[in-house]
Amino acid sequence: MFELLGVPPQALFGQVLLGLINGSFYAILSLGLAVIFGLLNIINFTHGAQYMMGAFVAWMCLNYLGVNYWAALIVAPIVVGATGVAIERLLLKRIAHLDHLYGLLLTFGLALIIQGLFRNQYGASGLPYAIPPQLSGGHNLGFMFLPNYRAWVIAASLIVCLGTWFLVEKTKLGAYLRAATENPTLTQAFGINVPLLVTLTYGFGVALAAFAGVLAAPIYAVNPNMGGDLIIVVFAVVVIGGMGSIMGAIVTGFSLGLIEGLTKVFYPEGAATVIFVIMVLVLLVKPAGLFGRAA
Amino acid sequence: MTDLATSEASGLTLTETDDGAARLHRNIFVAIAALLVVAPFAVYPVFVMKVLCFALFALAFNLLLGYGGLLSFGHAAYFGMASYVSAYTAKNWGLTPELAILSGTAVGALLGLVFGALAIRRQGIYFAMITLALAQMVFFFSLQTPRFTGGEDGIQAVPRGSFLGLISLADDRTLYWLVAAIFMAGLLLIYRIIHSPFGQVCKAIRDNEPRAISLGYRVNRYKLAVFVLSATLAGLAGATKAIVFQLASLTDVYWTMSGEVVLMTLVGGLGTVFGPIVGAAVMVAMQNYLATLGAWVTVVQGIVFVVCVLLFREGIVGVIAKAIRKPL
Repeated sequence: MFELLGVPPQALFGQVLLGLINGSFYAILSLGLAVIFGLLNIINFTHGAQYMMGAFVAWMCLNYLGVNYWAALIVAPIVVGATGVAIERLLLKRIAHLDHLYGLLLTFGLALIIQGLFRNQYGASGLPYAIPPQLSGGHNLGFMFLPNYRAWVIAASLIVCLGTWFLVEKTKLGAYLRAATENPTLTQAFGINVPLLVTLTYGFGVALAAFAGVLAAPIYAVNPNMGGDLIIVVFAVVVIGGMGSIMGAIVTGFSLGLIEGLTKVFYPEGAATVIFVIMVLVLLVKPAGLFGRAA
Repeated sequence: MTDLATSEASGLTLTETDDGAARLHRNIFVAIAALLVVAPFAVYPVFVMKVLCFALFALAFNLLLGYGGLLSFGHAAYFGMASYVSAYTAKNWGLTPELAILSGTAVGALLGLVFGALAIRRQGIYFAMITLALAQMVFFFSLQTPRFTGGEDGIQAVPRGSFLGLISLADDRTLYWLVAAIFMAGLLLIYRIIHSPFGQVCKAIRDNEPRAISLGYRVNRYKLAVFVLSATLAGLAGATKAIVFQLASLTDVYWTMSGEVVLMTLVGGLGTVFGPIVGAAVMVAMQNYLATLGAWVTVVQGIVFVVCVLLFREGIVGVIAKAIRKPL
């Protein structure tokens, strides 16, 4: 048995894999935040709760309606995205003209309500969600055992992230979106329905969070608090990446997950804080973040 | 990130202190002092002390947001860490309560200096996210150093000790006078800061940062100074709370505590002098009386948050100030 840097390879690759998985969630969530922030200028504090809702909708689909994982992967983002559309239309719209800090406060309040409601209904302990049979088991790669589901999570999140990147950067709809981000009034003058675009963007960002939630359901126990702590780490990821670019969100998301995983191998005590430490270092050197434009 | 506090109070210059307002404020101070003297005989003293600790915390937070225009979403870090240090020094080093509170406050100030220096490098929502992330770091530190913080259990059975080593504070009523004095001193200090030339510059930065820069002010120094002052006073509140309840726990450093103090300030009236006191009283009372609702408290808090932001941005005291056309 050879050792890599004094660590058995199984442990090393296991943590690298775990890091990449966490990184997938960081990437999708910070991507959703970036898309929403771009057009609404709101840091969506409800994002963590919406991620949790995604997982719960998948769980409810299975347990109440008998709808399987694959359908939930489509249904949950649509359902949760629809609640996002309602939230934008009913609440966020009313404070759009105000200082964007009010958006942060409003979405924080919403997060409290949603988490509280789920905690009342389902308690704080986790509910199990089985890995779909098609993805159970795994492959022995020689140097490590790769569970199929984990490979799928990484692949799926990469596909979704790159798909979003393509949508925003390469399509006509994306061009409208970017135009509206730069100058909403002018874009509207060209006959583009900016309010509708704003609503759909928020719905889409929320759907992304819900998608991440469904992916997470079989890995972590489905519970009301699963989004609360994660979202703060994602905020740190966002600060490190700088909210400048879509690609920035994806790259920083994955790499920070990886760094976190590696820290767990070499210095386990530091794993919970390493992302925050990196945030501090990045702030000292490059206050605008790695991919951000200077403020 | 401008005019957060003033945008809502348009047409009403909350910062202007004409003679009438100054007299009104003096009367309010006298009324508060009178209320503080009567309160422990009318209401359960521990409840009043809890209100006072949180009121001081909210006042400290409002100094930063209402007058410095900086939304920190991580004020639990200073409050909670100070609470731990004060509890630890009182219990394990046997410090007298006033020294324990001072040491907690000092740590709050130090933490504020470090975090503030980092956070003011970015503005607006980024500033909020950075303060939140740094505070979460403090939370994880508290969680992972059980030998200092007691982990999930917190530091329990903190001795209240004797003031200056002479007067025993075991009795709630006796301790109350110390807490009331600390609160009053904090309130007067904040009032003094707001109405000092320093406070005026802070307000100028809040309202229009580029203009303040062009006038030659070193904006970042002012921001850092007001951040440290706010963190120090938040630390004072947390340290006092640890002595009052003889307990320091993870709740005090968790991010929901940061949200709670924002809510108190918002309910009472952002950017008003006395609003945070009213907000803290309302919220603490609500928590006390809604305790039977269990987990529903979070939902109620969330609803209050949403309603405040949507319909009631001036807060209670803000509405009153608008009605009587005087800054409060």
